Amino acid sequence: MSEINAIEVRDLVKRYGQVTAVAGVNFAVPKGGITALLGGNGAGKTTTIAMLLGLLTPTSGSISVLGADMLRERGKALPRMNFSSPYVDLPHRLTVRQNLRVFAKLYAVPRPAERIAELAAALGFEALLERPAGALSAGQKTRVALAKALINKPDLLLLDEPTASLDPDTADWVRGLLESYRRERQATILLASHNMAEVERLADMVLMMKQGQIVDRGSAADLLARYGRDDLEDVFLDIARGRGKAAALQAGAA
Amino acid sequence: MSMDILGFSFNRVGAMLLRHWFLLSGSWVRLIDLVYWPAVQMIMWGFLSRFLAGQTSYIAQAFGLLLAGMILWDSLFRVQLSVAISFLEEMWSRNLGNLFVSPLRPSEFAASLLVMGVTRTLLGMVPVSLMAWWFFDFSIYSMGLALAGFFASLTMFGWAIGLAVSGLVMRQGLGAENIAWAAAFLFLPISAVYYPVSVLPGWLQMVAWCFPPAYVFEGVRALLVDGTFRADLMLGALGLNALYMALGFLAFMALFESARRRGQLLGQGE
Repeated sequence: MSEINAIEVRDLVKRYGQVTAVAGVNFAVPKGGITALLGGNGAGKTTTIAMLLGLLTPTSGSISVLGADMLRERGKALPRMNFSSPYVDLPHRLTVRQNLRVFAKLYAVPRPAERIAELAAALGFEALLERPAGALSAGQKTRVALAKALINKPDLLLLDEPTASLDPDTADWVRGLLESYRRERQATILLASHNMAEVERLADMVLMMKQGQIVDRGSAADLLARYGRDDLEDVFLDIARGRGKAAALQAGAA
Repeated sequence: MSMDILGFSFNRVGAMLLRHWFLLSGSWVRLIDLVYWPAVQMIMWGFLSRFLAGQTSYIAQAFGLLLAGMILWDSLFRVQLSVAISFLEEMWSRNLGNLFVSPLRPSEFAASLLVMGVTRTLLGMVPVSLMAWWFFDFSIYSMGLALAGFFASLTMFGWAIGLAVSGLVMRQGLGAENIAWAAAFLFLPISAVYYPVSVLPGWLQMVAWCFPPAYVFEGVRALLVDGTFRADLMLGALGLNALYMALGFLAFMALFESARRRGQLLGQGE
């Protein structure tokens, strides 16, 4: 494990019977940076993140997270990481405060009441603390899920669609919050997103996924230059549809 | 203060218990549900026992045999169901993903399910046993210390089935949730709850003696009818329970690993 990488993935494969969801990806996520996984539906982003978290056992390959081999010693890394995803939820009947208290205890957070108050103030949901989690709007749920993901002040944060369901103003504010969290704690963030503006603003490095493989990588500026485009959405469409320079680059790679 | 033994954290088990305490204490419907069905059953079996006591010398000799059978059988069923429901709560709320990216270990999760299994059962069965005392003048506590042994034995078997069922639902998804309600009843005909094992055909008697409840309920019968405490039956039940507890835990862990291979831990829910 390199001192400069928070995540190192080698030859990672996930097959479900005859279907290959992730087809031998290799990548590293530098410590203290924000890396984005971009790709269409079914590209393998969520599967990759689930394997990084230890929620899914890979068919083959290796994953090292914060210096721990995730297949053998995930217990070493889990207290220092956290995640948020639209595929999971918090218990609906518990209030927001109760949910956060439970997760604070699971992560052995010191002074949990203070930490919850701090997060509620930072994410602007103080008025929602006594409300059942199931009674929140989609945008409110996203903010509370983000608070759960930050409860243990993680060194590594994995976020699947972190601003899904948020209005543009709140989404922009959340992006600012993630940037300042990364800066203040020297944290590493890996996010999967369909929002190109978000990726352009936040990510130091972008991993483009298609059909379970990483088909290109680089900073947003590198990718724009390489594909001769003005925004990432066009790069995304070029890669997804195999058109423009993407076709030539992919043919060259083959 | 950290309370860890070989990486097993009692603090994290406590976190899961806190989660279930919040759920139960915030919902009077859930609390009533713990008492409602056992109370209805107890009243029905109580009146049936009173009727039969006037008809047969066997029941008259040991009034309460059916009530004791009902209360103890329901304890086994409630323990198994409570373990499974505590697990299902996480699936219904799509919370498994959050839990298993936290430092919570599957063994700690299983331990919290076991504690909830017995807690929910006691919350339901203690009031019902007191109601039986009040309504029918039958105190199950008259069995003395033996009751603790019977209850512990049935609890262990309920735990074993509950863990295996939870693992199965985790592996197969919520489509298999009905198993949680039905699993214990598979053992009812051969558990000698309301009739002795000797009533069963020979081959079924051999099957019955492979499971702890037959030992427990024959022990209850010996105590209430003959006034004899059968230590051999109690020890037989405890020995088998150790085996079934180990099998239940191993099944849970194996099914957890299988669910993890199949990607079942992320995004299951209603």
